[in-house]
Amino acid sequence: MANTADLKYTRDHEWIALDGETVTIGITDYAADQLGDVVYVDLPAAGSAIEGGKVVGEIESTKSVGELFAPVDGTVVESNQAVIDNPQLVNDDPFGEGWMIKVTIDPSTLSGTLTEDEYRALVAE
Amino acid sequence: MSDTPSVDSKQSPLHELHVAAGASFTDFGGWQMPVSYGSDLTEHHAVRNAAGIFDVSHMGNISVTGEDAAAFLDYALAGKLSTTGLMQAKYSLLLDSNGGIIDDLIVYHNAANEYAVVVNAGNRDAAFAAFSERAAGFKNLTVRDISDDVAILAIQGPRALEVLETTEGLRIMEGQPALRDVKNYWSTAGWFGDGSVLIARTGYTGEDGFELYVDEADAVGLWQALLVAGEPLGLTPAGLASRDTLRLEAGMPLYGHELGRDIRPAQAGLGRVVALTKEGDFVGRGAIEAGLPDGARVLVGLVTEGRRAGRAGYAVFDGDTDVGVITSGALSPTLGHPIAMAMVDPALTEIGTELTIDVRGTRIPATVTALPFYKREKN
Repeated sequence: MANTADLKYTRDHEWIALDGETVTIGITDYAADQLGDVVYVDLPAAGSAIEGGKVVGEIESTKSVGELFAPVDGTVVESNQAVIDNPQLVNDDPFGEGWMIKVTIDPSTLSGTLTEDEYRALVAE
Repeated sequence: MSDTPSVDSKQSPLHELHVAAGASFTDFGGWQMPVSYGSDLTEHHAVRNAAGIFDVSHMGNISVTGEDAAAFLDYALAGKLSTTGLMQAKYSLLLDSNGGIIDDLIVYHNAANEYAVVVNAGNRDAAFAAFSERAAGFKNLTVRDISDDVAILAIQGPRALEVLETTEGLRIMEGQPALRDVKNYWSTAGWFGDGSVLIARTGYTGEDGFELYVDEADAVGLWQALLVAGEPLGLTPAGLASRDTLRLEAGMPLYGHELGRDIRPAQAGLGRVVALTKEGDFVGRGAIEAGLPDGARVLVGLVTEGRRAGRAGYAVFDGDTDVGVITSGALSPTLGHPIAMAMVDPALTEIGTELTIDVRGTRIPATVTALPFYKREKN
């Protein structure tokens, strides 16, 4: 599991781990709790171009459907087959094994993200 | 991503216990109620395989008493309530004059000339208003909204009986039937400490189980005692999320989804609940006797393959023709595939009919199937 203090967060309840030009994207523990037990995850295939702000995947629980948004433009290099095969990983380890996609981006385009403290303040409202 | 409880929503007398147990909450019918205590799937399976305990204190409770109570209920409701036995319960419908459904409810016949009518939280005010209005022509009748005085605990699952039988401090009143002798939709009366408890063999999960009606002052102690007895048997606190998937598997309608003012009982498969053979008038009779309008959609069950579920509001197609809409849908935790209830054109209700569901832009094949999706094995 990543150190959650090193991650960037979005208002769509996603986290972003930066590693050069590759970012790993997942949903937060708060988002997973709000969804309830996740039973189905649909993710874009490797090679897909994604557009910032657009829906690129679906995260379904027994009671509702959550959407995965692309935080910025980029190209998917890997989607997490483990989470597709075992969606419960999203609930069990949202910041670790429950990651969604790895994407190559231009890091200079990533703006408007929140720090962990800012994100925690957002969901505490 | 979900409803945030509004500041003015009501809290159950068990609220602090739910908070301590780590529940997440949602606003439901004006009440802040537990959605789950961690894992709705675990809670669902606990009810199917062992037992779950639900706080359903949000439900409305209307007391109907007096010598005219039975005649009043026969007039106010769609069913024939005057023939219910002492300590018998009956599912019924509150109709408007057009035959639309104001609420679905359960009438408990608790003593001579004493009935408790349990209504949905979100319809409490509408139901009480309709009851009060319909009471006008009856002399010896008192109708009271006692919802805020009563807590309701539902213990559901194959081990529910064992849980109740081993709960410290819960005992049956003298002369009342033992728990194991209470038939489905009948009740017995007990004590918990000095407080009386109505124990009804009713529920909303498709499992055997009981619903316990207690004074709100006794609710915390009873909940704790039930859990102490039940935890070794697999009893788990369960929230509204699992309650919804359980009732959906059991093919039970939910007001606002399968039932509403614009839906007649026969459309929702509840024609049998309307007692057209009873003597005398009842509200909605004329409209029901006139029959359904041509082409009125009717409720069916749908099953699909894979794991993407059709959800409430999604359109149903026959070829390229829009033929209906899903009223409730989810991946069935028990069956492992998606299930849905839908209102479809009356020509398409035959079991085995092949339709499609529009799941956010993708058409998924669906097959009309008999309700309920899940039926427990009876002893």
